[in-house]
Amino acid sequence: MNILTNPNKLRGFEKHIKVENVSRRSILKSLGLAGGFVLAAPVMMRPSFAYETGAGKMPHGVVVDPRVFVSIAPDGIVTIVAHRSEMGTGVRTSLPLIVAEELEADWSRVRIQQAHGDEVKFGNQDTDGSRSTRHYLIPMRQIGASARTMLEQAAAKRWGVPASEVKAVHHEVVHSASGRKLGFGELAADAAKQSVPSIEGLKLKNPKDFRYLGKGEIGIVDLHDITTGAAHYGADVRLPGMKYAVIARPPVTGGKLVSFDGAEAMKVSGVEKVMEVKGWPWPSKFQPLGGVAVIARNTGAAIKGCNALKVTWDDGANAKYDSVAYRAELEAAARKPGLVVRKEGDAEAALKSADKVIVGEYYLPHFAHASMEPPVAVANVKGDKAEVWAPVQSPGGTREDVAKTLGIPEENVTVNVTLLGGGFGRKSKCDFALEAVLLSKELGVPVKVQWTREDDVRHDFLHTVSVERIEAGLDKNGKVIAWRHRSVAPSIASTFAAGTVHQAPFELGMGLIDNPFEIANMQCENPEAAAHTRIGWFRSVSNIPRAFAVQSMVAEIAHATNRDPKDMLLELIGSPRIVNLSSVKDPWNYGEPYDSYPIDTARLRKVVEVVADKGGWGRSVPKGHGLGIAVHRSFVSYIATIVEVAVDDKGKLTVPRVDTAIDCGTYVNPERIQSQIEGAAIMGMSLAKYGEITFKDGKVQQGNFDDYPVLRIDESPGITNVYIVPPATPDTPPSGVGEPGVPPFAPALINAIFAATGKRIRAMPIGKQLEA
Amino acid sequence: MVKLKINGQERNWDGDPDLPLLWFIRDEVGLTGTKFGCGQALCGSCTVIMDKQAVRACITSVSDAAGREVTTIEGLHPTGDHPVQKAWRQVNVPQCGYCQAGQIMQAAALLMDNPKPSHDQIRESLSGNICRCGCYQRIENAVHLASTGV
Ligand code: FES
Ligand code: FES
Repeated sequence: MNILTNPNKLRGFEKHIKVENVSRRSILKSLGLAGGFVLAAPVMMRPSFAYETGAGKMPHGVVVDPRVFVSIAPDGIVTIVAHRSEMGTGVRTSLPLIVAEELEADWSRVRIQQAHGDEVKFGNQDTDGSRSTRHYLIPMRQIGASARTMLEQAAAKRWGVPASEVKAVHHEVVHSASGRKLGFGELAADAAKQSVPSIEGLKLKNPKDFRYLGKGEIGIVDLHDITTGAAHYGADVRLPGMKYAVIARPPVTGGKLVSFDGAEAMKVSGVEKVMEVKGWPWPSKFQPLGGVAVIARNTGAAIKGCNALKVTWDDGANAKYDSVAYRAELEAAARKPGLVVRKEGDAEAALKSADKVIVGEYYLPHFAHASMEPPVAVANVKGDKAEVWAPVQSPGGTREDVAKTLGIPEENVTVNVTLLGGGFGRKSKCDFALEAVLLSKELGVPVKVQWTREDDVRHDFLHTVSVERIEAGLDKNGKVIAWRHRSVAPSIASTFAAGTVHQAPFELGMGLIDNPFEIANMQCENPEAAAHTRIGWFRSVSNIPRAFAVQSMVAEIAHATNRDPKDMLLELIGSPRIVNLSSVKDPWNYGEPYDSYPIDTARLRKVVEVVADKGGWGRSVPKGHGLGIAVHRSFVSYIATIVEVAVDDKGKLTVPRVDTAIDCGTYVNPERIQSQIEGAAIMGMSLAKYGEITFKDGKVQQGNFDDYPVLRIDESPGITNVYIVPPATPDTPPSGVGEPGVPPFAPALINAIFAATGKRIRAMPIGKQLEA
Repeated sequence: MVKLKINGQERNWDGDPDLPLLWFIRDEVGLTGTKFGCGQALCGSCTVIMDKQAVRACITSVSDAAGREVTTIEGLHPTGDHPVQKAWRQVNVPQCGYCQAGQIMQAAALLMDNPKPSHDQIRESLSGNICRCGCYQRIENAVHLASTGV
C-alpha cells in the first residue's frame, strides 16, 4: 500500500490549488482543452455537506475537476472518465452516471473512458474496501455540477443574459424567457474557456429531480460488449510480436528455485524459450514469487511446456505448514488469554460469577478467490519505459510497483486497466503484472503472462484461517452479562512484515472490536498467530469469520435459553444508540470518520426488523426445512439475511429462499445493489459449503474446481430477495455494497441448518458434515 | 494441416494438432470472446458450439475439430441479437461478465435442442458453467425469457 506517499494525509483537508502538468498521453481533451498546463484543485471536501468521508485520507485523495473527468465533443457526445476498476460491481456505470445526472447529460449520449493508473491526476484509484460510491458520490456530483455550470455560463455569455436565467436541461442549455436553446456540443468549446467554479458555490440538483440516480433503470455500460464477446479483459490484449508465458512457481510460499531442466519443455511444439523469473524473499509483499517461465507462441504451448519442466526447489521456512496441525495451534491459542483489544467492565469476573456459560469455538479455513478470470497481464518494456495492460484493482499502486521493480520513474510507466473478470481482492495485488514486466524487459518484446487455474489456487493471497472463540456468561434470567471473544488468525500484515503475529487494526475492526451488543462486560482478545503463506484481502475479509462466530453464538444462546433467535438478536443489539468505542485504543472504522459513520444500532435493528417482516420470519416451513437469521455491519453498511434451507434424510442441502435487507445509506444504483447481494449469497454459500484450501508439507492441496469447488447454478438458492432500506435522510452518507452481503450469509445458513436438523456446525466448510 | 471452419470462415493449422481449440481460437485466430477459466472442462468459460453441440474448447483439440463447423460467441448472431443475447441484456445478467460468453453459448445450445426447457432443465444444462460472481438467478431467468418471451 502506498499510504505513506499520501500527501493529503499529512496536509489534512485544507483546500489548495496546484499546477500540474497534464501528460501528453492524457486520454481526455478536457472540455476541448488539450494538453498544456491546467489548473487543478485536487482535494476538496465538502464544507456544505452534512457528512465527511475518509476519501481525502486515501493515497492521493480526491480530485474534483471537471476537466479531468469530463469532455464534450462538438457533436454533443459527452465522455466521462471512469477512474475505478470494473470487476463486476457496476462501478464504471454507476460513478459516471452520477456525473451525468448532475451534468444534465442524456445518458444515451454519454461514452465512458477508462482511466489509466495515474492517481495524481485522477485521485485514488484503489478499487477495494467497498469504497467507490461511498467516497465518490459527492465528488462525482460536484464534477458534474461544475461542468454543467460552465456550460450554463458559456450559454449566458453567448446570449448576453445573466447566468441565473439559463438552465441546463437534458443535454442542452435553455433560456426559457426567450425560448433559446443550445446543445452541449455547441457550447463545449466556450464552456472549456470558463473558469472552474468554486466547489462551495456549486448548486447541486435536488434529489427529487434525479433522472437516473436511485432508479436502477440503466443497464451496465459493458452489457452489449459482454454479451457479444467484444468486452476486453486482461487476457484479451494482443500486441504485435507478443509472446505468451506460463510460469512454474515455488510450490511452498517463500521457497526458491534451485535448478531446472527445460530440455523436455523446449521439445514442445510452439515453445521458444525457458527462463528464470526473479523472485523476492518472504514476506514478498506484492512482488513476484519467482520461478521458471516457459515462453511460447501461444498459451496452450506454454502450458504444455510448463508441465514438461523439471524443477528442483528449496522449500524454505514454510515447508512444514500443515493445516491439520495449524488448526490445533490456533485452537490452543484461542483457549488462552491474548492481547486485549477491547475491554469494558470485567468479563473475566462476570464469566466466573455467571449462572451459565456458553462456549462456542468456530473454525474457518483458508479460501481462494478463484475469480473466473485467473491472473493475467501484458507488458511491453522498452528501454526505460513500460506499458502494462492488466485487470488490476489498484492501477496507481501497480504503476508505483512497476516503476520500483524496474527502477524507472513512475512517469515512464503506463498502466492500462482492462475489465476485470472478477477481483474479490485478489487483483489488488499486482504480482502477476510485475512478472510480465520482468519478462518483457528481459526478452525485449511484449509478453503476456497467463496464470492457469492451478497457479491461481496454489499461489493466491489466501483468505486467512481463523479460530474464533466466544464465551457468553448468562445470569439466572438468561440475560447475557459477559462476552469474551478471542480471535486468532494470521494477519494480512504478515505479507508485508516478517514476524507479524497480531492482526492489524483494520482486521480487528471487522466484526471484533466493533461488536455492537449492549453487554456490560465485554472483552475482545487477539492471541498470536504466525503466517505460513501469503494472506490477503478476500471480499469482506475478517468479517466473514467474525460474523460466522458472533451470529452463530447468538443462535446458540437463543437455543440454550429457549428463545426465538431473532428476538435474541434484537435483545443483544439492545437499545437504539450510537455504540461508544472509547474503550478501544485504535477503533478502525473502515477509514471513515466516526461522526459520519457511527455504529448506529437503530439501523442495525431496522434491517433485522425489515428482513424479518419481508422474509416472513417465523413462517411455518415444511419438514426438513429451517430458517436462520444473521445481521452484520461491515463497510459501514447494515445487512441482515434470512436463509431457508432444506436438508433431506441423506443430508443433501438445498436453499429454497434467501431474503436480505440492506441499509447502505444514500444509494445510486439499486439494480446493481441487488445484483451484488444476489452474488454475495452465491459466494457466501460457496464458502460455507465448500470453501477450504488446505496445506500439507507447505503445499496447497487443491488446484482446480474439482477439488476446490464453488457453487454452481443447480445448487444455487431458489430465489434471493433483496430489500433496500431507504436512507433515513437525503444526507445519509452512502456506504459499502460490494462486500457486506457476504458475512451474514454463512451464519444465517448455518443457523437455518440447525433449525432444520438440530446440527450445529462450528467448523467450515459444511462439506460432508450433514451426511451422518 | 488441420482445416476447420470458425464462424463460417475456413481456418488452417499446421502446428501441434493436440493444441486445445481454445488457444487456437484465442491466440492463433485472435477471437478473444471465448474465455479460459480452468482448462479442465470444469467451468464452461470456453464453451463453443461445434456442429450444434456445446463443447468445451479447452479439452477439444484442434484436430478433434478438423472438418467441423465451430461457432464462438462472436459468430452466434451477426449483430449480437440472438434471443439469448437479447434476453441477457433485458435481465442485465452480467456482473464482471467473464463467464458470460460461455453461459450464453451453453444456453443457445440448450435452446437449439430443447426450445422450452423447464427450470430444472435450465439448471441442469448450465450446471457445468461456473459464475463466480453469482449471476445464477438472472441467468436462469434470462434463459427462461429467451425461450418463452416472458
Ligand atoms: S476453460 Fe474450458 S471448461 Fe473451464
Ligand atoms: S459474471 Fe463474473 S464470473 Fe460470471
